[in-house]
Amino acid sequence: MTEDWQTLTLIWTGICAFAVVMYVLMDGFDLGIGILFPFVRQDEDRDVMMNSVAPIWDFNETWLILGGAGLFAAFPLVYAVVLPAFYLPLMLMLIALIFRGVAFEFRFKARTSRALWDRSFHFGSVLATFAQGVVLGGLIQGVEVQGRSFAGGMLDWLTPFSIVTGVALIFGYALLGATWMIWRSSGDLQAWAYQAARPLLYAVLAFIVIVSVWTPIAEPGIRERWFSLPNLFLLSPVPLVTGLTAVGLLRALDRRREVLPFILTMVLFVLSFLGLAISLWPVIVPPSITIWDAASPPESQIFLLVGMVFLIPSILLYTAYCYWVFRGKVTGTFYH
Amino acid sequence: MDLDPLLLSRLQFAFTISFHILFPAFTIGLAWWIVMLEGVWLWTNRPIFRSLSEFWTKIFAISFGMGVVSGIVMSYQFGTNWSRWSDVTGNVLGPLIQYEVVTAFFLEAAFLGIMLFGRDRVPRPIHFLATFLVALGTLISAFWILSANSWMHTPAGYEIRDGRFFVTDWWQVVFNPSFPYRLAHMLTATFLTASFVVAGFSAWYMLREHHLEHARQGMAWSLGLITVLAPLQVVIGDLHGLNTLDHQPAKIAAMEGHWEGGPQAPLILFGIPDMEQERNHYEIGIPGLSSLILTHEFEGEVPGLKQFPREDRPNAAIVFFSFRVMVGLGLLMVLVAVLHVILRLRGTLFENRAFMRFLIAMTPSGFVALEMGWITTEAGRQPWVVQGLMRTADAVTPSLTGPAAATTLAAFVAAYAIIYLAGSYYLVRMLRTGPNPPSHYMQPHEPARDAPRPKRPLSKADQAFAEGE
Repeated sequence: MTEDWQTLTLIWTGICAFAVVMYVLMDGFDLGIGILFPFVRQDEDRDVMMNSVAPIWDFNETWLILGGAGLFAAFPLVYAVVLPAFYLPLMLMLIALIFRGVAFEFRFKARTSRALWDRSFHFGSVLATFAQGVVLGGLIQGVEVQGRSFAGGMLDWLTPFSIVTGVALIFGYALLGATWMIWRSSGDLQAWAYQAARPLLYAVLAFIVIVSVWTPIAEPGIRERWFSLPNLFLLSPVPLVTGLTAVGLLRALDRRREVLPFILTMVLFVLSFLGLAISLWPVIVPPSITIWDAASPPESQIFLLVGMVFLIPSILLYTAYCYWVFRGKVTGTFYH
Repeated sequence: MDLDPLLLSRLQFAFTISFHILFPAFTIGLAWWIVMLEGVWLWTNRPIFRSLSEFWTKIFAISFGMGVVSGIVMSYQFGTNWSRWSDVTGNVLGPLIQYEVVTAFFLEAAFLGIMLFGRDRVPRPIHFLATFLVALGTLISAFWILSANSWMHTPAGYEIRDGRFFVTDWWQVVFNPSFPYRLAHMLTATFLTASFVVAGFSAWYMLREHHLEHARQGMAWSLGLITVLAPLQVVIGDLHGLNTLDHQPAKIAAMEGHWEGGPQAPLILFGIPDMEQERNHYEIGIPGLSSLILTHEFEGEVPGLKQFPREDRPNAAIVFFSFRVMVGLGLLMVLVAVLHVILRLRGTLFENRAFMRFLIAMTPSGFVALEMGWITTEAGRQPWVVQGLMRTADAVTPSLTGPAAATTLAAFVAAYAIIYLAGSYYLVRMLRTGPNPPSHYMQPHEPARDAPRPKRPLSKADQAFAEGE
């Protein structure tokens, strides 16, 4: 294990973590739109909701492919162990994403079957989100590995904990979706989004507390990580800042701020992810596979990194431009 | 009944990728057709090109959407069903796929928004640029994915340590021996696919005397491209075949239906290969022609399947027939090119109704030929997943159970059937409705950034038309 390879592996861990966070934030709000979809009464308001993400959803979902491909490239062992371990929930996610994705195009072309594609969009979003949450929960609990393969059963992931994380993520994405709508809509729809955001936030906070209590109780390693000295003090800013963010978010909703709720919800997500990373580090597939076990060799890491140095910044630049083109409040009449 | 996870995974992969490839195959060519239309519209301001561009952009949007959602499936299926393959080849193929994502997918996805929804929010040159970048993304994507695929046919630039591949030379990995041929063959195929769709629907409008101006433009451009590409594709295909002869002789033997091989091998036009009896039933062949095509001399030695151990042979019947369907369609495409030139010279291209009916019949020919070509090359590589180095049977996920694989296969079949039917229904309805008349677009075109969009631009049209369009 040379020092250069260690640095490279750390860089790649960072890039993969960045991709996952980007995915959760960006596809999170448009999945959230799908989750909230049937709860909005007016058909015109649903048009606005859909239009607010129609030009960007495809881009947001590309981060999911980056996450998959990134693991395959930088941590092939993780890819080869985690994907088989979560075979059924991942397949559920993929099929749900299909029904949700085509709804963007079909809904506006449909006449009589419009309500059908509304449902396809909603249930697709809910199931895809649930599946992602289940995978996350299952991963925290750990997967059985023998040699370089997953050695457990097809339903190992199915536990009370993973169901809880699945439901938690539905509320989390719904909150992202609601605060996104606060930002991007006006009038009745915005008022509705303000109303929806508050109970969603309470639910999300409740789930954060449940998961934060449950994991250290169930997993001795995680308990050790957070509650031993001096970690207890060093890591205390994470829960503290999370609490402050939640308070700030409530106040922002009270004061009818338009952009801040969305930003603070994203901060909440980043903090939760950070908490997870601290719990697991340097393990990437609990209980045993570390980033050092799973990393691809330096020649593969370097080959990719050379391109990434230019590509990631340019992706972020042109994304910013494309978001900027579609800035401002969204209206109902929009489609090409 | 025993459910074999290996067989089910192979079926699932074959099914999902056959479905997926329809959309990229179409959208690569279509994207460049739209770039061309946008470019001409930008240059000449003739509303017919804007009308054509918007029409085909709608078709593009549906096809692209279906391509994206079925493509995400592919990027996960490598790991879910083929985890041993992922682990063994990850160091080599992972970076290639990753490069596809960061150089192509993001580019396409980001600018797709502007291409589809942004026409009135950005200046015209920017909209053109966005369309161009989407089209460029489709090409870059093809570059990387075909490089990765080709590496599995003709692996190079690697060494094997502890049963896994490690890269020794990236240049050799990316530009492995079959890659240039496969890339050229595939890209030409996608342009032909889109051309035949445009030609077919243009001919259909022409026959029904609808949208005549659109039909005329569509036929002229697409037939022009077909006339160049169809004969060129025959040459590229031949070169690709010679490359396969060098690197994957068993595949060539199966394509040709040869069991014995050797000199003066006949070109078998028809036959039913029998893997058990190691011979063809009802064989009709032209003596010596296969040797002539493959080695350029009658006495040339060609491979036969019996030269390979039974367990190293691909499925002779599948490869034999899919190859023949592909070649047959390719020759029909050349016939279209020849007829087009003759009718052009006679000046009766837009009057000949029989030729239009032929074009309508040829509308799906690109899709079918492309699927058959892929079946030939992929089934021809079997039983290997990485030619000569890793067997497909060793690539499957060890933990995967039969019932789980059967469930997901059934789910994919059901899901794809639903969205395929719905998508086809909307596409056909859109094609029946046809494009907007060019007069719809005769107004000065300015970006209306924050201004509300005019609902009906027609009120301005006459005025603009009078002013100098």
